[in-house]
Amino acid sequence: MIRVELPYHLRNLARVDGEVQLEVPAPVTVQAILDALEARYPVLCGTIRDHGTLKRRPFIRFFACREDLSLEPIDTALPEAIVNGSEPFLVVGAMAGG
Amino acid sequence: MSKVRVLAGTKKGAFILTADGKRKDWEVSGPHFAGWEIYHLKGSPLDPDRIYASQSSGWFGQIIQRSDDGGKTWQPPGGGPEPSPDGMPRGESNKFVYEGEAGAHKWYDGTQHPWEFKRVWHLEPSLTNPDIAYAGVEDAAIFKTADGGKTWKELPGLRQAKGHLWQPGAGGMAVHTIVIDPKNAERIFVAISAGGVFRTEDGGKTWRPATRGLKSPFELPDPDAEVGHCVHRIAIHPSRPDVLFMQKHWDVMRSDNAGDSWHEVSGNLPSDFGFPIDVHAHEPETIYVVPIKSDSEHYPPEGKLRVYRSKTGGNEWEALTKGLPQKDCYVNVLRDAMAVDQLDPCGIYFGTTGGQVYGSADGGNSWNAIVRDLPAVLSVEVQVLP
Repeated sequence: MIRVELPYHLRNLARVDGEVQLEVPAPVTVQAILDALEARYPVLCGTIRDHGTLKRRPFIRFFACREDLSLEPIDTALPEAIVNGSEPFLVVGAMAGG
Repeated sequence: MSKVRVLAGTKKGAFILTADGKRKDWEVSGPHFAGWEIYHLKGSPLDPDRIYASQSSGWFGQIIQRSDDGGKTWQPPGGGPEPSPDGMPRGESNKFVYEGEAGAHKWYDGTQHPWEFKRVWHLEPSLTNPDIAYAGVEDAAIFKTADGGKTWKELPGLRQAKGHLWQPGAGGMAVHTIVIDPKNAERIFVAISAGGVFRTEDGGKTWRPATRGLKSPFELPDPDAEVGHCVHRIAIHPSRPDVLFMQKHWDVMRSDNAGDSWHEVSGNLPSDFGFPIDVHAHEPETIYVVPIKSDSEHYPPEGKLRVYRSKTGGNEWEALTKGLPQKDCYVNVLRDAMAVDQLDPCGIYFGTTGGQVYGSADGGNSWNAIVRDLPAVLSVEVQVLP
Protein backbone atom coordinates (compact mmCIF):
# COMPACT_ATOMS: atom_id res chain seq x y z
CA MET A 1 0.00 0.00 0.00
CA ILE A 2 1.13 3.51 -0.79
CA ARG A 3 1.04 5.89 2.15
CA VAL A 4 0.05 9.49 1.37
CA GLU A 5 0.16 12.38 3.80
CA LEU A 6 -2.14 15.27 2.94
CA PRO A 7 -1.96 18.81 4.27
CA TYR A 8 -4.37 19.79 7.05
CA HIS A 9 -6.97 21.47 4.86
CA LEU A 10 -7.14 18.60 2.38
CA ARG A 11 -7.47 16.06 5.20
CA ASN A 12 -10.43 18.06 6.46
CA LEU A 13 -11.90 18.32 3.00
CA ALA A 14 -11.57 14.58 2.39
CA ARG A 15 -12.62 13.87 5.98
CA VAL A 16 -9.69 11.65 6.76
CA ASP A 17 -7.48 11.45 9.83
CA GLY A 18 -3.80 10.81 9.44
CA GLU A 19 -2.33 9.10 6.44
CA VAL A 20 -4.26 7.81 3.46
CA GLN A 21 -3.40 4.35 2.22
CA LEU A 22 -3.92 3.66 -1.45
CA GLU A 23 -3.63 0.73 -3.84
CA VAL A 24 -1.67 2.15 -6.76
CA PRO A 25 -0.93 0.07 -9.84
CA ALA A 26 2.67 -0.15 -11.02
CA PRO A 27 4.56 1.79 -12.11
CA VAL A 28 4.09 4.00 -9.06
CA THR A 29 4.47 7.61 -10.14
CA VAL A 30 3.19 10.97 -8.89
CA GLN A 31 0.52 10.83 -11.56
CA ALA A 32 -0.56 7.31 -10.57
CA ILE A 33 -0.80 8.31 -6.91
CA LEU A 34 -2.85 11.41 -7.71
CA ASP A 35 -5.15 9.42 -10.00
CA ALA A 36 -5.78 6.90 -7.22
CA LEU A 37 -6.18 9.63 -4.62
CA GLU A 38 -8.76 11.55 -6.66
CA ALA A 39 -10.67 8.40 -7.53
CA ARG A 40 -10.94 7.58 -3.84
CA TYR A 41 -11.66 11.16 -2.74
CA PRO A 42 -13.29 12.99 -5.64
CA VAL A 43 -13.57 16.19 -3.62
CA LEU A 44 -9.81 16.52 -3.99
CA CYS A 45 -10.13 16.90 -7.77
CA GLY A 46 -8.81 20.32 -8.66
CA THR A 47 -7.22 20.97 -5.27
CA ILE A 48 -3.78 19.48 -5.96
CA ARG A 49 -3.65 19.80 -9.74
CA ASP A 50 -5.68 21.82 -12.17
CA HIS A 51 -8.89 20.23 -13.46
CA GLY A 52 -8.18 20.90 -17.08
CA THR A 53 -4.42 20.83 -17.52
CA LEU A 54 -3.65 18.43 -14.64
CA LYS A 55 -0.70 20.67 -13.79
CA ARG A 56 0.35 20.88 -10.15
CA ARG A 57 -1.16 23.92 -8.47
CA PRO A 58 1.54 26.54 -7.86
CA PHE A 59 1.57 26.31 -4.05
CA ILE A 60 1.52 22.52 -3.79
CA ARG A 61 4.72 20.54 -3.31
CA PHE A 62 5.43 16.80 -3.53
CA PHE A 63 8.05 15.43 -1.13
CA ALA A 64 9.31 11.87 -0.81
CA CYS A 65 12.31 10.37 0.97
CA ARG A 66 13.58 13.87 1.87
CA GLU A 67 13.53 14.94 -1.77
CA ASP A 68 11.40 17.60 -3.42
CA LEU A 69 9.84 15.90 -6.43
CA SER A 70 7.58 18.81 -7.36
CA LEU A 71 9.51 19.66 -10.49
CA GLU A 72 10.13 16.11 -11.63
CA PRO A 73 8.09 14.79 -14.57
CA ILE A 74 4.92 13.32 -13.10
CA ASP A 75 5.51 9.98 -14.77
CA THR A 76 8.86 9.50 -13.03
CA ALA A 77 9.00 6.23 -11.11
CA LEU A 78 9.03 6.92 -7.36
CA PRO A 79 11.65 5.51 -4.95
CA GLU A 80 11.25 1.94 -3.74
CA ALA A 81 10.61 3.17 -0.18
CA ILE A 82 7.42 4.84 -1.43
CA VAL A 83 6.42 1.79 -3.47
CA ASN A 84 6.83 -0.62 -0.56
CA GLY A 85 5.17 1.74 1.89
CA SER A 86 8.10 2.21 4.23
CA GLU A 87 8.05 5.96 3.53
CA PRO A 88 5.02 8.20 2.91
CA PHE A 89 4.47 10.37 -0.14
CA LEU A 90 3.88 13.91 1.10
CA VAL A 91 1.52 16.42 -0.51
CA VAL A 92 2.49 19.71 1.06
CA GLY A 93 1.02 23.19 1.03
CA ALA A 94 3.92 25.54 0.32
CA MET A 95 5.00 27.99 3.01
CA ALA A 96 3.10 31.24 2.82
CA GLY A 97 6.13 33.26 3.82
CA GLY A 98 5.60 36.60 5.46
CA MET B 1 -42.05 34.18 15.68
CA SER B 2 -39.83 34.30 12.59
CA LYS B 3 -36.15 33.53 12.82
CA VAL B 4 -33.35 35.35 11.10
CA ARG B 5 -30.20 33.70 9.81
CA VAL B 6 -27.24 35.81 8.69
CA LEU B 7 -24.61 34.10 6.54
CA ALA B 8 -21.21 35.73 6.83
CA GLY B 9 -18.35 34.74 4.55
CA THR B 10 -14.92 35.75 5.83
CA LYS B 11 -11.25 35.46 4.97
CA LYS B 12 -10.93 32.51 7.34
CA GLY B 13 -14.24 30.66 7.24
CA ALA B 14 -18.01 31.01 7.29
CA PHE B 15 -20.10 32.04 10.25
CA ILE B 16 -23.83 31.68 10.75
CA LEU B 17 -25.56 34.15 13.04
CA THR B 18 -29.10 33.41 14.19
CA ALA B 19 -31.71 35.29 16.18
CA ASP B 20 -35.44 35.44 16.59
CA GLY B 21 -37.48 38.11 14.87
CA LYS B 22 -36.62 40.69 17.52
CA ARG B 23 -33.03 40.49 16.28
CA LYS B 24 -31.54 41.36 19.67
CA ASP B 25 -29.94 38.18 20.96
CA TRP B 26 -27.71 36.38 18.51
CA GLU B 27 -26.00 33.03 18.43
CA VAL B 28 -22.85 32.56 16.39
CA SER B 29 -21.87 29.25 14.84
CA GLY B 30 -18.59 28.69 13.06
CA PRO B 31 -16.09 28.85 11.71
CA HIS B 32 -17.32 26.51 9.02
CA PHE B 33 -14.53 25.59 6.56
CA ALA B 34 -12.06 27.05 9.05
CA GLY B 35 -9.04 28.64 7.47
CA TRP B 36 -10.54 28.88 3.97
CA GLU B 37 -11.68 32.02 2.24
CA ILE B 38 -15.44 32.03 1.95
CA TYR B 39 -16.23 34.64 -0.64
CA HIS B 40 -19.96 34.08 -0.54
CA LEU B 41 -22.78 31.95 0.85
CA LYS B 42 -26.38 32.27 -0.23
CA GLY B 43 -29.55 30.29 0.42
CA SER B 44 -32.19 29.35 -2.08
CA PRO B 45 -35.26 31.57 -1.74
CA LEU B 46 -37.36 28.49 -2.49
CA ASP B 47 -35.68 26.22 0.02
CA PRO B 48 -33.89 28.36 2.61
CA ASP B 49 -32.17 25.38 4.20
CA ARG B 50 -30.35 24.81 0.92
CA ILE B 51 -27.30 27.04 1.07
CA TYR B 52 -24.56 27.24 -1.53
CA ALA B 53 -21.07 28.29 -0.44
CA SER B 54 -17.93 29.26 -2.31
CA GLN B 55 -14.87 27.95 -0.46
CA SER B 56 -11.48 28.79 -1.90
CA SER B 57 -7.80 29.01 -1.14
CA GLY B 58 -4.69 30.26 -2.85
CA TRP B 59 -3.19 26.83 -2.25
CA PHE B 60 -6.03 24.47 -3.05
CA GLY B 61 -8.29 26.33 -5.45
CA GLN B 62 -12.06 26.33 -5.61
CA ILE B 63 -14.54 24.13 -3.74
CA ILE B 64 -18.31 24.42 -3.94
CA GLN B 65 -20.16 23.32 -0.82
CA ARG B 66 -23.87 22.85 -0.28
CA SER B 67 -25.92 22.45 2.86
CA ASP B 68 -29.44 21.07 2.85
CA ASP B 69 -30.08 21.62 6.54
CA GLY B 70 -29.52 25.33 6.97
CA GLY B 71 -25.77 25.17 7.43
CA LYS B 72 -25.51 22.44 10.07
CA THR B 73 -23.80 20.01 7.68
CA TRP B 74 -22.15 20.52 4.31
CA GLN B 75 -21.21 18.40 1.31
CA PRO B 76 -19.49 19.19 -1.96
CA PRO B 77 -22.51 18.36 -4.11
CA GLY B 78 -20.67 16.53 -6.83
CA GLY B 79 -17.67 15.12 -5.07
CA GLY B 80 -18.26 13.84 -1.58
CA PRO B 81 -15.60 11.75 0.10
CA GLU B 82 -17.47 8.51 -0.47
CA PRO B 83 -17.95 6.93 -3.88
CA SER B 84 -21.53 6.97 -5.10
CA PRO B 85 -23.35 3.64 -5.60
CA ASP B 86 -23.37 4.09 -9.35
CA GLY B 87 -19.68 4.71 -9.68
CA MET B 88 -17.05 7.22 -8.73
CA PRO B 89 -18.10 10.84 -8.73
CA ARG B 90 -15.47 13.02 -10.28
CA GLY B 91 -15.39 16.13 -8.18
CA GLU B 92 -17.24 18.00 -10.90
CA SER B 93 -18.71 20.50 -8.46
CA ASN B 94 -15.25 22.04 -8.16
CA LYS B 95 -14.77 22.18 -11.90
CA PHE B 96 -15.12 25.54 -13.63
CA VAL B 97 -13.84 25.28 -17.17
CA TYR B 98 -14.50 27.97 -19.76
CA GLU B 99 -16.49 26.85 -22.78
CA GLY B 100 -14.60 26.20 -25.97
CA GLU B 101 -11.50 28.20 -26.71
CA ALA B 102 -11.09 30.29 -23.59
CA GLY B 103 -9.79 33.22 -25.57
CA ALA B 104 -8.08 36.25 -24.12
CA HIS B 105 -8.80 39.57 -22.48
CA LYS B 106 -6.79 42.72 -22.15
CA TRP B 107 -3.89 42.53 -19.72
CA TYR B 108 -2.20 45.24 -17.67
CA ASP B 109 0.44 45.80 -20.33
CA GLY B 110 -2.11 46.08 -23.12
CA THR B 111 -1.43 42.61 -24.49
CA GLN B 112 -4.07 39.91 -24.70
CA HIS B 113 -4.00 37.47 -21.77
CA PRO B 114 -5.68 34.08 -21.67
CA TRP B 115 -8.74 33.68 -19.47
CA GLU B 116 -7.77 31.80 -16.30
CA PHE B 117 -10.25 30.63 -13.70
CA LYS B 118 -9.31 31.75 -10.20
CA ARG B 119 -12.34 31.56 -7.90
CA VAL B 120 -16.08 31.99 -7.46
CA TRP B 121 -16.88 35.39 -6.04
CA HIS B 122 -20.68 35.21 -5.95
CA LEU B 123 -23.37 32.53 -5.97
CA GLU B 124 -26.91 33.45 -6.95
CA PRO B 125 -29.54 30.75 -6.49
CA SER B 126 -32.44 30.80 -8.93
CA LEU B 127 -35.72 32.35 -7.86
CA THR B 128 -37.71 29.56 -9.52
CA ASN B 129 -35.77 26.30 -9.12
CA PRO B 130 -33.63 25.33 -6.12
CA ASP B 131 -31.39 23.15 -8.30
CA ILE B 132 -30.42 26.10 -10.48
CA ALA B 133 -27.81 28.60 -9.37
CA TYR B 134 -25.41 30.99 -11.04
CA ALA B 135 -21.77 31.55 -10.15
CA GLY B 136 -19.90 34.75 -10.88
CA VAL B 137 -16.22 33.98 -11.23
CA GLU B 138 -12.77 35.50 -11.67
CA ASP B 139 -11.55 35.79 -14.47
CA ALA B 140 -14.88 37.32 -15.30
CA ALA B 141 -17.51 34.85 -16.47
CA ILE B 142 -20.81 33.40 -15.37
CA PHE B 143 -21.46 29.72 -14.81
CA LYS B 144 -24.75 27.91 -14.22
CA THR B 145 -25.65 24.72 -12.45
CA ALA B 146 -28.96 22.96 -13.08
CA ASP B 147 -28.29 20.03 -10.76
CA GLY B 148 -27.85 21.63 -7.38
CA GLY B 149 -24.18 22.41 -7.82
CA LYS B 150 -22.92 19.01 -8.98
CA THR B 151 -21.78 20.37 -12.32
CA TRP B 152 -21.26 23.87 -13.67
CA LYS B 153 -21.35 25.10 -17.27
CA GLU B 154 -20.28 28.47 -18.47
CA LEU B 155 -22.72 30.81 -20.23
CA PRO B 156 -20.07 31.97 -22.71
CA GLY B 157 -22.18 34.67 -24.31
CA LEU B 158 -21.18 37.06 -21.56
CA ARG B 159 -17.53 37.03 -22.57
CA GLN B 160 -18.59 37.73 -26.13
CA ALA B 161 -19.85 41.13 -25.00
CA LYS B 162 -16.53 42.75 -25.84
CA GLY B 163 -14.66 40.55 -23.38
CA HIS B 164 -11.45 41.03 -25.31
CA LEU B 165 -11.52 44.65 -24.12
CA TRP B 166 -12.03 43.89 -20.44
CA GLN B 167 -8.96 44.57 -18.35
CA PRO B 168 -8.48 43.65 -14.68
CA GLY B 169 -8.24 46.35 -12.08
CA ALA B 170 -6.06 46.01 -9.01
CA GLY B 171 -8.68 43.82 -7.34
CA GLY B 172 -8.88 41.36 -10.22
CA MET B 173 -11.53 40.94 -12.88
CA ALA B 174 -14.57 39.10 -11.57
CA VAL B 175 -18.29 38.80 -12.01
CA HIS B 176 -19.13 39.83 -8.46
CA THR B 177 -22.81 40.71 -8.75
CA ILE B 178 -25.66 38.72 -10.28
CA VAL B 179 -29.18 40.10 -10.13
CA ILE B 180 -32.08 38.03 -11.46
CA ASP B 181 -35.24 39.86 -12.45
CA PRO B 182 -37.92 38.39 -10.14
CA LYS B 183 -40.60 39.02 -12.77
CA ASN B 184 -38.66 37.61 -15.70
CA ALA B 185 -36.18 34.78 -15.09
CA GLU B 186 -34.76 35.29 -18.58
CA ARG B 187 -33.45 38.72 -17.63
CA ILE B 188 -30.27 38.77 -15.57
CA PHE B 189 -27.83 41.57 -14.80
CA VAL B 190 -24.20 41.03 -13.91
CA ALA B 191 -21.54 43.49 -12.81
CA ILE B 192 -17.81 43.19 -13.35
CA SER B 193 -15.08 45.23 -11.71
CA ALA B 194 -13.35 47.29 -14.39
CA GLY B 195 -15.73 45.69 -16.89
CA GLY B 196 -19.14 47.25 -16.40
CA VAL B 197 -22.70 46.02 -16.14
CA PHE B 198 -24.23 43.61 -18.63
CA ARG B 199 -27.78 42.41 -19.26
CA THR B 200 -29.24 39.31 -20.83
CA GLU B 201 -32.84 38.98 -21.96
CA ASP B 202 -32.62 35.32 -22.95
CA GLY B 203 -31.50 33.53 -19.82
CA GLY B 204 -27.82 34.10 -20.39
CA LYS B 205 -27.31 33.14 -24.05
CA THR B 206 -26.56 36.66 -25.20
CA TRP B 207 -25.50 39.72 -23.27
CA ARG B 208 -24.93 43.35 -23.99
CA PRO B 209 -23.32 46.16 -22.02
CA ALA B 210 -25.82 48.30 -20.12
CA THR B 211 -23.59 51.25 -19.32
CA ARG B 212 -24.99 54.29 -21.09
CA GLY B 213 -24.71 57.26 -18.75
CA LEU B 214 -21.82 55.90 -16.69
CA LYS B 215 -18.84 58.23 -16.65
CA SER B 216 -15.32 57.30 -15.55
CA PRO B 217 -13.16 60.34 -16.31
CA PHE B 218 -10.34 59.32 -13.95
CA GLU B 219 -10.25 55.63 -14.84
CA LEU B 220 -10.85 55.42 -18.58
CA PRO B 221 -9.38 57.32 -21.51
CA ASP B 222 -12.91 57.56 -22.91
CA PRO B 223 -15.08 58.45 -19.91
CA ASP B 224 -18.20 57.26 -21.74
CA ALA B 225 -16.78 53.95 -22.97
CA GLU B 226 -19.20 51.09 -23.41
CA VAL B 227 -17.10 48.70 -21.32
CA GLY B 228 -14.44 49.18 -18.67
CA HIS B 229 -16.40 51.02 -15.98
CA CYS B 230 -15.61 49.79 -12.49
CA VAL B 231 -19.07 48.86 -11.25
CA HIS B 232 -18.88 47.86 -7.62
CA ARG B 233 -22.44 46.68 -6.99
CA ILE B 234 -25.97 46.86 -8.34
CA ALA B 235 -29.24 46.29 -6.50
CA ILE B 236 -32.95 46.24 -7.25
CA HIS B 237 -36.19 46.08 -5.33
CA PRO B 238 -38.12 42.94 -6.30
CA SER B 239 -41.34 44.85 -6.92
CA ARG B 240 -39.70 47.17 -9.43
CA PRO B 241 -36.99 45.34 -11.34
CA ASP B 242 -36.66 48.04 -13.99
CA VAL B 243 -35.18 50.36 -11.38
CA LEU B 244 -31.56 49.62 -10.62
CA PHE B 245 -29.21 51.28 -8.20
CA MET B 246 -25.45 51.17 -8.57
CA GLN B 247 -22.45 51.93 -6.43
CA LYS B 248 -19.72 52.59 -8.93
CA HIS B 249 -16.00 53.06 -8.18
CA TRP B 250 -16.95 56.71 -7.95
CA ASP B 251 -20.62 57.77 -8.24
CA VAL B 252 -23.88 56.35 -7.02
CA MET B 253 -26.08 55.80 -10.06
CA ARG B 254 -29.67 54.96 -10.87
CA SER B 255 -31.44 53.53 -13.88
CA ASP B 256 -35.20 53.66 -14.40
CA ASN B 257 -35.20 51.59 -17.59
CA ALA B 258 -33.50 48.32 -16.68
CA GLY B 259 -30.03 49.61 -17.39
CA ASP B 260 -30.69 51.24 -20.77
CA SER B 261 -29.38 54.46 -19.26
CA TRP B 262 -28.07 55.67 -15.93
CA HIS B 263 -27.96 58.97 -14.09
CA GLU B 264 -26.07 60.03 -11.03
CA VAL B 265 -27.80 60.27 -7.64
CA SER B 266 -24.78 60.83 -5.40
CA GLY B 267 -26.27 64.12 -4.16
CA ASN B 268 -24.97 65.21 -0.75
CA LEU B 269 -22.94 62.10 0.11
CA PRO B 270 -19.63 62.95 1.82
CA SER B 271 -17.96 60.63 -0.71
CA ASP B 272 -19.56 58.85 -3.60
CA PHE B 273 -16.90 56.14 -3.57
CA GLY B 274 -17.91 52.88 -1.91
CA PHE B 275 -18.72 49.27 -2.46
CA PRO B 276 -22.14 47.96 -1.34
CA ILE B 277 -25.57 49.32 -2.12
CA ASP B 278 -28.89 47.84 -1.12
CA VAL B 279 -32.61 48.58 -1.16
CA HIS B 280 -35.06 48.53 1.76
CA ALA B 281 -37.28 45.44 1.67
CA HIS B 282 -40.57 47.36 1.72
CA GLU B 283 -39.70 50.83 0.45
CA PRO B 284 -38.37 50.69 -3.12
CA GLU B 285 -37.12 54.27 -2.97
CA THR B 286 -35.12 53.74 0.24
CA ILE B 287 -31.52 52.80 -0.45
CA TYR B 288 -28.36 52.38 1.58
CA VAL B 289 -24.66 52.92 0.88
CA VAL B 290 -21.50 53.11 3.00
CA PRO B 291 -19.31 55.95 1.76
CA ILE B 292 -15.58 55.27 1.67
CA LYS B 293 -13.07 58.11 1.53
CA SER B 294 -11.53 57.36 -1.83
CA ASP B 295 -10.09 54.76 -4.15
CA SER B 296 -6.73 55.41 -2.52
CA GLU B 297 -7.97 55.28 1.08
CA HIS B 298 -10.43 52.46 1.61
CA TYR B 299 -11.93 53.55 4.92
CA PRO B 300 -14.77 55.82 6.03
CA PRO B 301 -14.30 59.57 5.74
CA GLU B 302 -13.10 61.16 8.99
CA GLY B 303 -12.81 57.77 10.66
CA LYS B 304 -16.61 57.73 11.16
CA LEU B 305 -18.47 54.61 10.08
CA ARG B 306 -21.70 55.90 8.62
CA VAL B 307 -24.35 54.21 6.58
CA TYR B 308 -26.12 56.70 4.37
CA ARG B 309 -29.80 56.29 3.62
CA SER B 310 -31.83 57.97 0.93
CA LYS B 311 -35.59 57.75 1.13
CA THR B 312 -35.95 59.48 -2.20
CA GLY B 313 -34.18 56.99 -4.43
CA GLY B 314 -30.96 58.97 -4.25
CA ASN B 315 -29.69 62.55 -4.25
CA GLU B 316 -30.90 63.32 -0.71
CA TRP B 317 -28.96 61.32 1.84
CA GLU B 318 -28.92 61.16 5.64
CA ALA B 319 -26.16 59.75 7.81
CA LEU B 320 -27.09 56.82 10.06
CA THR B 321 -24.67 56.76 12.97
CA LYS B 322 -26.44 55.54 16.10
CA GLY B 323 -24.51 52.55 17.40
CA LEU B 324 -21.72 52.82 14.82
CA PRO B 325 -18.19 53.97 15.74
CA GLN B 326 -17.82 57.69 15.12
CA LYS B 327 -14.11 58.03 15.65
CA ASP B 328 -10.94 56.13 14.82
CA CYS B 329 -12.72 53.68 12.54
CA TYR B 330 -10.72 52.62 9.50
CA VAL B 331 -12.47 49.51 8.23
CA ASN B 332 -13.91 48.90 4.79
CA VAL B 333 -17.24 47.36 3.83
CA LEU B 334 -16.90 45.16 0.77
CA ARG B 335 -19.37 44.96 -2.09
CA ASP B 336 -21.09 41.70 -1.11
CA ALA B 337 -21.15 42.50 2.60
CA MET B 338 -24.55 44.19 2.97
CA ALA B 339 -28.00 42.62 3.04
CA VAL B 340 -31.57 43.40 4.07
CA ASP B 341 -34.15 41.10 5.63
CA GLN B 342 -37.85 40.94 4.82
CA LEU B 343 -39.21 41.58 8.31
CA ASP B 344 -41.11 44.69 9.29
CA PRO B 345 -39.35 46.84 10.31
CA CYS B 346 -36.76 45.92 7.75
CA GLY B 347 -33.40 44.70 9.07
CA ILE B 348 -30.14 45.89 7.53
CA TYR B 349 -26.82 44.08 8.00
CA PHE B 350 -23.27 44.71 6.94
CA GLY B 351 -19.85 43.28 7.68
CA THR B 352 -16.49 44.99 7.81
CA THR B 353 -12.92 44.16 7.02
CA GLY B 354 -12.34 44.58 10.77
CA GLY B 355 -14.50 41.55 11.49
CA GLN B 356 -17.61 43.23 12.80
CA VAL B 357 -21.09 42.36 11.59
CA TYR B 358 -23.49 45.18 12.37
CA GLY B 359 -27.25 44.85 12.30
CA SER B 360 -30.15 47.25 12.46
CA ALA B 361 -33.64 46.02 13.28
CA ASP B 362 -35.26 49.38 12.53
CA GLY B 363 -34.38 50.19 8.95
CA GLY B 364 -31.03 51.70 9.84
CA ASN B 365 -32.07 54.13 12.57
CA SER B 366 -29.89 52.33 15.12
CA TRP B 367 -27.20 49.69 14.95
CA ASN B 368 -25.62 47.02 17.09
CA ALA B 369 -22.56 44.87 16.56
CA ILE B 370 -23.89 41.31 16.31
CA VAL B 371 -20.32 40.07 16.51
CA ARG B 372 -17.09 42.05 16.67
CA ASP B 373 -14.04 39.95 16.13
CA LEU B 374 -14.49 37.73 13.10
CA PRO B 375 -11.88 37.57 10.36
CA ALA B 376 -12.32 40.19 7.64
CA VAL B 377 -15.89 39.89 6.36
CA LEU B 378 -16.21 39.29 2.63
CA SER B 379 -19.95 38.79 2.30
CA VAL B 380 -23.19 39.02 4.24
CA GLU B 381 -26.53 37.51 3.31
CA VAL B 382 -29.66 37.19 5.42
CA GLN B 383 -32.60 34.82 5.44
CA VAL B 384 -35.93 35.08 7.24
CA LEU B 385 -37.17 31.68 8.38
CA PRO B 386 -40.66 30.73 9.50
